[in-house]
Amino acid sequence: MQITLTVNGETRDMDLDPRVTLLDALRDHLRLTGSKKGCDHGQCGACTVLMDGRRVNACLVLAAMAEGAEITTVEGLGRPGSLNPLQQEFVACDGFQCGYCTPGQIMSATGMLAEARDGWPSHVSESLAGPVALTDGEIAERMSGNLCRCAAYPGIRQAISNCAGTSAEAAKEAAE
Amino acid sequence: MKPFEYIRAEGIDEAGTAAAGGATLIAGGTNLLDLMKLQVAAPGTLVDIGHVPGLGDIEETAEGLRIGALVTNSALAADPRVRKGWPVLSRAILSGASGQIRNRATTAGNLLQRTRCPYFQDPASPCNKREPGSGCPAKGGVSRMTAILGTSENCIAAHPSDMAVAMTLLEAEAEIRAAAGTVRHLPLGDLYRVPGDQPDEETTLQPGEIITAVHVPHVPAGSVQAYRKVRDRASYAFALVSVAGIVRMEEGRMAEARLAFGGVGTKPWHDAEADALLTGRRPSEALFGEAAQLVLAGARTEEGNAFKVPLLSRTMKAVLRELTGAAPASPGTDRTEAYA
Ligand SMILES: Cc1cc2nc3c(=O)[nH]c(=O)nc-3n(C[C@H](O)[C@H](O)[C@H](O)COP(=O)(O)OP(=O)(O)OC[C@H]3O[C@@H](n4cnc5c(N)ncnc54)[C@H](O)[C@@H]3O)c2cc1C
Ligand code: SF4
Ligand code: FES
Ligand code: FES
Repeated sequence: MQITLTVNGETRDMDLDPRVTLLDALRDHLRLTGSKKGCDHGQCGACTVLMDGRRVNACLVLAAMAEGAEITTVEGLGRPGSLNPLQQEFVACDGFQCGYCTPGQIMSATGMLAEARDGWPSHVSESLAGPVALTDGEIAERMSGNLCRCAAYPGIRQAISNCAGTSAEAAKEAAE
Repeated sequence: MKPFEYIRAEGIDEAGTAAAGGATLIAGGTNLLDLMKLQVAAPGTLVDIGHVPGLGDIEETAEGLRIGALVTNSALAADPRVRKGWPVLSRAILSGASGQIRNRATTAGNLLQRTRCPYFQDPASPCNKREPGSGCPAKGGVSRMTAILGTSENCIAAHPSDMAVAMTLLEAEAEIRAAAGTVRHLPLGDLYRVPGDQPDEETTLQPGEIITAVHVPHVPAGSVQAYRKVRDRASYAFALVSVAGIVRMEEGRMAEARLAFGGVGTKPWHDAEADALLTGRRPSEALFGEAAQLVLAGARTEEGNAFKVPLLSRTMKAVLRELTGAAPASPGTDRTEAYA
């Protein structure tokens, strides 16, 4: 079937089998291989992209279902030589080892920071009323949909915390 | 995945007609696509209802909230009215899945998600729910995630949803539209079936029926609500046991007390007798223990899930302590505020 996707601001037409997922369309048909396939079942987060500004698992969306939505992949955030702040912090904080989970981590963190700015509570939030203080515990909970087989978690949380505008410690103090 | 035809429904009539003709509805797709990849589900036609107008809003009604079938789990948990008036619903949703999945998962899709029984998810294995009459290897097999209440000889699969437990507690009703356009309301307790001798029949929905919304009635301001989920890891795991509760105290007594349970039932579990035992009484450890015994009276266990009996009992008592003020509130326990 004919499918038109809007990826990183560009419109792309494709002729795809209805079974093709958004993840496979991005990787195999548009050659945007930043988004990774870990589990293909929504369990690891390696395939995380933004759909209309919100983070989703591209392996659990059919390409046909994504027609009409604005898709953002890691390629849309920044490129070598012009990394965005979150990408720079992942480098600065050792937020990865093998790097396989990293695009998903960065896309998930991008979506997560927007959710926190919008005042969305999490499972560990003491109060549902907000505002959200992105403590280490809050970041860990909000990022639990992204697994890292190399266990680079401390660096990942630090990188995200640096981009939250305030360190985890400062946010904790503010909450107390 | 097996080949299928994909249709994007532009309106509810089109979706209803397709469903009546045997097509399978897809909303967020986070459960159905997973099962299609495993070839546990193999629909010939998929109707995408994700863009049907009129199903995506949370509206205030005289009785409470009308939550459209397509409202995402994220949007529902973050809604300011829900956080104030129905905090247990926010808490239950936030305890489930991941940020990414909650952004796609819809209200109706969450209610109708299938069990996570590993044998159900493996087409190479027998399973009465997937293939009636083939047997139930979970009995005597890997049963850590299975149910202890509402089970039958034929199936012991647990209902996996957290949100549905809170909705059951809140006495929510599904708004259901038949293909002919008629609408009926059904309490969630009557939407779900226990397995009996037909574990493949999980709900009382008729062919062609679509859930269009869920209605959640008001809860009195000043009540305390809680959702406590116990699982194998701190986040991103299904419940071994979960307890949802509401208590409103008046002069040292529980003027209102309601509980619902997840991870232990073949459907989101509610025990009216336990609620009745607690209501009107002064909280005490002895009373909480009596209520737990009542809930667990009908429990049937396997070697792999017998731990759920003491675990549910303890979790239930811990939640009741927080709800009645006998213990300080931890995250997950919130006082209801008037949201207006
Ligand atoms: C890794 C992982 C972890 C998870 N962890 C949890 C957890 O901890 N707790 C939890 O509760 N859930 C958990 N989930 C499950 C998740 O909540 C569900 O997948 C999700 O809620 C399903 O919603 P959906 O809109 O994506 O449903 P879909 O997959 O689109 O549909 C599910 C079913 O509902 C039917 N359906 C959908 N909409 C309608 C309608 N309007 N009327 C009639 N039928 C309809 C479909 O035909 C299908 O049979 C997890 C899922 C994954 C993949
Ligand atoms: S418990 Fe139910 S779903 Fe699991 S194997 Fe037995 S019949 Fe199948
Ligand atoms: S590849 Fe999508 S979540 Fe693992
Ligand atoms: S850096 Fe190797 S999986 Fe995360």
